[in-house]
Amino acid sequence: MSFFIEVLLGGLLSGVMYTMVAIGFVLIYKASGVFNFAQGAMVLFAALTFVSLTERGFAFPLAFIATLAAMLLLALAIERIVLRPLVNAPPLSLFLATLGLAYILEGLAQTLWGTQVHGLDIGVSDAPISAAGVSVSRFDLFAAGTAATLVATLALFFRLTRSGVALRAVADDPLAAIAVGIDLRRLLALVWGVAGVVALVAGLLWGARVGVQFSLSLVVLKALPVLIIGGFSSIPGAIVGGLIVGASEKLAEVYAGPWVNGGIETWFPYFIALAFLLVRPAGLFGERSVQRV
Amino acid sequence: MTTALLDVQNVSLAFDGILALDDVSFRVARGEVCALIGPNGAGKSSMLNVVSGLYTANAGDVLFEGERLTGVGELARRGIARTFQNIALFRGMTVLENVALGTDFRGRASFFEQALRIGRAPREERRMREEAAVVMDLLDIASHRTDVVGRLPYGLQKRVELARALVPRPKMLLLDEPMAGMTVHEKRDMCGYLLGAHEKLGTTVVLIEHDLGVVMDLSDHVIVLDYGKKLADGTPDHVRADPAVIEAYVGSFAT
Repeated sequence: MSFFIEVLLGGLLSGVMYTMVAIGFVLIYKASGVFNFAQGAMVLFAALTFVSLTERGFAFPLAFIATLAAMLLLALAIERIVLRPLVNAPPLSLFLATLGLAYILEGLAQTLWGTQVHGLDIGVSDAPISAAGVSVSRFDLFAAGTAATLVATLALFFRLTRSGVALRAVADDPLAAIAVGIDLRRLLALVWGVAGVVALVAGLLWGARVGVQFSLSLVVLKALPVLIIGGFSSIPGAIVGGLIVGASEKLAEVYAGPWVNGGIETWFPYFIALAFLLVRPAGLFGERSVQRV
Repeated sequence: MTTALLDVQNVSLAFDGILALDDVSFRVARGEVCALIGPNGAGKSSMLNVVSGLYTANAGDVLFEGERLTGVGELARRGIARTFQNIALFRGMTVLENVALGTDFRGRASFFEQALRIGRAPREERRMREEAAVVMDLLDIASHRTDVVGRLPYGLQKRVELARALVPRPKMLLLDEPMAGMTVHEKRDMCGYLLGAHEKLGTTVVLIEHDLGVVMDLSDHVIVLDYGKKLADGTPDHVRADPAVIEAYVGSFAT
């Protein structure tokens, strides 16, 4: 039994990380009705910038603040250069723009900082902590705690503030939102800025796990099943979806894996996502798909 | 008409080569209720959409307080509010949230102030709620303030949309068929609310309406469009007596 709990707990902890990445997608989806293909590139960009700064002698907090500033500037630049000319463009054009943006960011990050693999030590050991016969990695706990704090802060901000209400309004009816004078540009800058912050935190936590390298931009693929299960436009959906994906992939690996010679953790979330697409295509908390103007 | 609030000058609009509006000019004076009427396809909605910047005219100008209007995004800041024929409310949100969003554009508090509830943020949010409360009382929807809009009956939704438009105290209100699909009873109520708001807030109103009885009772000024051209322009009595109008409506005014 304690083994089961251990597996479940490990799964939920990694689920929180998936949730964090998924929230970056959800916010941008709410504001522009588009799946932001560049989210992964932003994770890579942030992690690579941070690591390169620390390797050049910046202290940890200083590098963090500098990278944070870079991500926020990047968000402002994206709004100004990429999104503003595309206001009122069909969602497909916007999606393709984020696809192009992904390549630009990946290229830019590697041009600036090189392509070698960097190790990243954020000073939290991987040693297990044991309590009541269940042991959990200290690093996993720290990562999940950080991610959960960020997710809770964002969820509260967008639940309780005027900007959050405006964001829900834009997601609900973009044309009406513009007609009543909601400042879409400001809102876009905000959600891209937040997506940048999320990318930075995700880049550090994941970078510390797997090393800072190009493949870091692929970790966001884990967010896709989360979004399909939870719904693309729902913050609670991202939270529940992330936990479902994390828990189910670990449990499946341990309990169903041996029957098929293991290795199902990587594809099991997509399997669940496919099932959701068949049964509940809008996800648990998603709204019916609405054509945007 | 010395100082027109809205001055539409020689506006033409074409869709795929078909003229929806053909050289239409008219003026709306400050403080009046002006109705755009005409048969289906006459270009009324197109006109309203040009005025509110949703469509860009192929020719001509739209001046508001003597200055050109350039797009739907600046409407609210210029003091113009509008409603839509098919109700464009935020359906998943409450009545209060919908109405309060009508003044969201006045908010200046930064995201930081909002997140920490410091500086301008609390004051602004309190003011927005108060302004929303005044208008919700005026339109008798205060008792529904926490209801989700999408679940309200149609007539009430129309009133919520009007409230959202009124809450920033616009100089001009553009209403696209505010009484479409309503029962006689609901229409009478809506007329009362509209006139009440017009008198209390002094808002200039430009509306599209099909019900000619309603139009004649409500308006100071009627503009008749037919096949994209302006057919008549004047007081209700003047328009009612115009032979060209009578012909276009095949005697609708006879009764």
